[in-house]
Amino acid sequence: MIDWFHPSIVFIAGSILIPFLRGKVRDAYLMMIPILGVATIFNMSPGTYWTYNFLGGSLTFGAVDKLSIVFGWVFTIASFISIVYALHVKESGQHVAAFLYVGGSLGVTFAGDFFTLFIFWELMAFSSAYLIFARREKEAIKAGYRYILVHIFGGVCLLGGVMLHYMKTKSTAVGPLVQDGSLSFYLILIGVMLNAAVPPLHAWLTDAYPEGTVTGSVFMSAFTTKTAVYVLVRVFPGTDLLMYLGTIMALYGVVYAVLENDCRRLLAYHIISQVGYMVAGVGIGSDMSLNGSVSHAFAHILYKGLLFMGAGAVIQMTGKRKLTELGGLYKTMPITLVLYMIGGFAISAFPLFSGFVTKSMVVAGAAHDHKPAIALLLTLASAGTFLHTGLKLPYYMFFGKDSGLKAKEPPLNMLIAMGIAAFLCIGIGVLPGPLYALLPYPVHFDPYTGDHVTSALGILLFTGLGFFMLLKKLDPEPTISVDTDWVYRKGSRLFMWFVNKPIVIYENYLAEIYNTWFSRLTLVLSNFFARIIDVRGIDGIVNGVAGFFISLAGTLRLSSTGLVRNYAFTMLIGGTAIIAYYLFAYLTRQ
Amino acid sequence: MIKRFVLYIGNPDNAGTLKKLSYIALVLVFISDFLVHREHAIYFWDKIPGWGAFYGFFSCVVIILVSKFLGHQGGIMHDEDYYDD
Repeated sequence: MIDWFHPSIVFIAGSILIPFLRGKVRDAYLMMIPILGVATIFNMSPGTYWTYNFLGGSLTFGAVDKLSIVFGWVFTIASFISIVYALHVKESGQHVAAFLYVGGSLGVTFAGDFFTLFIFWELMAFSSAYLIFARREKEAIKAGYRYILVHIFGGVCLLGGVMLHYMKTKSTAVGPLVQDGSLSFYLILIGVMLNAAVPPLHAWLTDAYPEGTVTGSVFMSAFTTKTAVYVLVRVFPGTDLLMYLGTIMALYGVVYAVLENDCRRLLAYHIISQVGYMVAGVGIGSDMSLNGSVSHAFAHILYKGLLFMGAGAVIQMTGKRKLTELGGLYKTMPITLVLYMIGGFAISAFPLFSGFVTKSMVVAGAAHDHKPAIALLLTLASAGTFLHTGLKLPYYMFFGKDSGLKAKEPPLNMLIAMGIAAFLCIGIGVLPGPLYALLPYPVHFDPYTGDHVTSALGILLFTGLGFFMLLKKLDPEPTISVDTDWVYRKGSRLFMWFVNKPIVIYENYLAEIYNTWFSRLTLVLSNFFARIIDVRGIDGIVNGVAGFFISLAGTLRLSSTGLVRNYAFTMLIGGTAIIAYYLFAYLTRQ
Repeated sequence: MIKRFVLYIGNPDNAGTLKKLSYIALVLVFISDFLVHREHAIYFWDKIPGWGAFYGFFSCVVIILVSKFLGHQGGIMHDEDYYDD
């Protein structure tokens, strides 16, 4: 009996066979893998599994507790919904990449040490990049390269932080870090914040997600940021900085969503806004707010997947992605509209929808922790959520002025996937009990009190009133919004200009100096060496030495005449000299 | 059924009826906020009946105006070919 099995293996090993299967068999196989994934989570009990010694340290692949299990649940469920949505896609590469991506995400979730975490972290970055490249349009390829470069930067920060942390503490265990303000603390924080899309490190998300394939972006909307939220909950609970950044995030996404014209980019800005609630919850750090972050991540994955599926269905069926070019689709895509609206109500936190029972936990966490400003600003941002995701986007996409587009409902598999997600969005909202039971801390929170319901409805419906009163002001404009990706999109051009203009001029100037001074001086010097030192000095010495040996050889040559009597005479002299020496030595011994 | 419901909402002829229904909903929500118990209130504004309605409307107007101001006057919005060569 195996006591634990790693769900990543189901996805990563399972992806190998995908290219060899066709037709109905492949469809069944694609759905079977996430179901097996859900089953492994279902059979899981807390504990530590699969620890290996490696290079003097230990790698732990299975650190299982309530926190990792709840993320395991939602990741595997989301992978099932997303793959049903993608069943019609013929290209195997996208499915393989998607499953590797899910496997990476689950690997991070169950990693017990930072090195294991890092390996799966990078697997996520590279496999998800393929889902952007797979759209194969010029814009997508460019965005994909930016995506991968930004994530490499984040990965390097994370790895650097982990190394420093290991050198200091001799530990790589994934757990709450001491908030000592050290470099390792901030490097790990930056690496994780980048994946959680915390401003100013967020622009990769709104740059890349709208450029991915219709089905790939559904996967991406679920995994990268929420895996990072998991790591934040695990490693950085109660970090004050995150509370402020999270609140800024929640508002930042809302402001940009007002200005946005691309439907999936608008939704991407609302990912940032919603993840802001989770990040703020981590920063507040109380049991209630951490529960809020986790449950909101759970609900968010489902409703944001649903919204991306709805927008993706419209893009797939019309070929258009800008709100200025869409409109009037309610006649031909009514089911898509209704399913999208369920996601819209869930993200807006309408009573009886999932957002209501999770988002309010974060806001209540802020209020209970005596952070009234945070609570008020988060509530303000939630009005903005309904304004855009629940009102503006569906109004200009499905109603508004008729664009005359002849669209049909999307393929059945897409509608079924949206239906499952919609069912869960309502199910969690109506019966929050099962989700609350999964949360890491005991829940003492009842969302359905009278005043909470009426005040939530008041906020939402009067936001709607404001929307229709200011409708003219909200008409989408065919523009793009400059965000912090300017730094590497235009900023890199500034850098290239700097390389091309001032540096080249400076380089020419340097070359001139070099020519004038170094080359000429060297020439003069070498001339001097060639004419004086070389001829008079070196040559003289060489010639002198040679002359000496020639004359010596001439003298020696005279002695070697070849006549025996000369040699005999020489030997006689030598012998006499030796005898004379010994005789002399003997006589003078006394 | 879903289709008929959506077509009814989308039909411009029914806009007047929908408008009336919306106003009724707004009034009902506003009134209901006066009828509920407020034992969970933490801050003083939580105790004010109709606070949610006021704050929702206020938030909506602030978000739209501030965002559009930042977009147009703050130099955020640019032409679509801004990043092209």
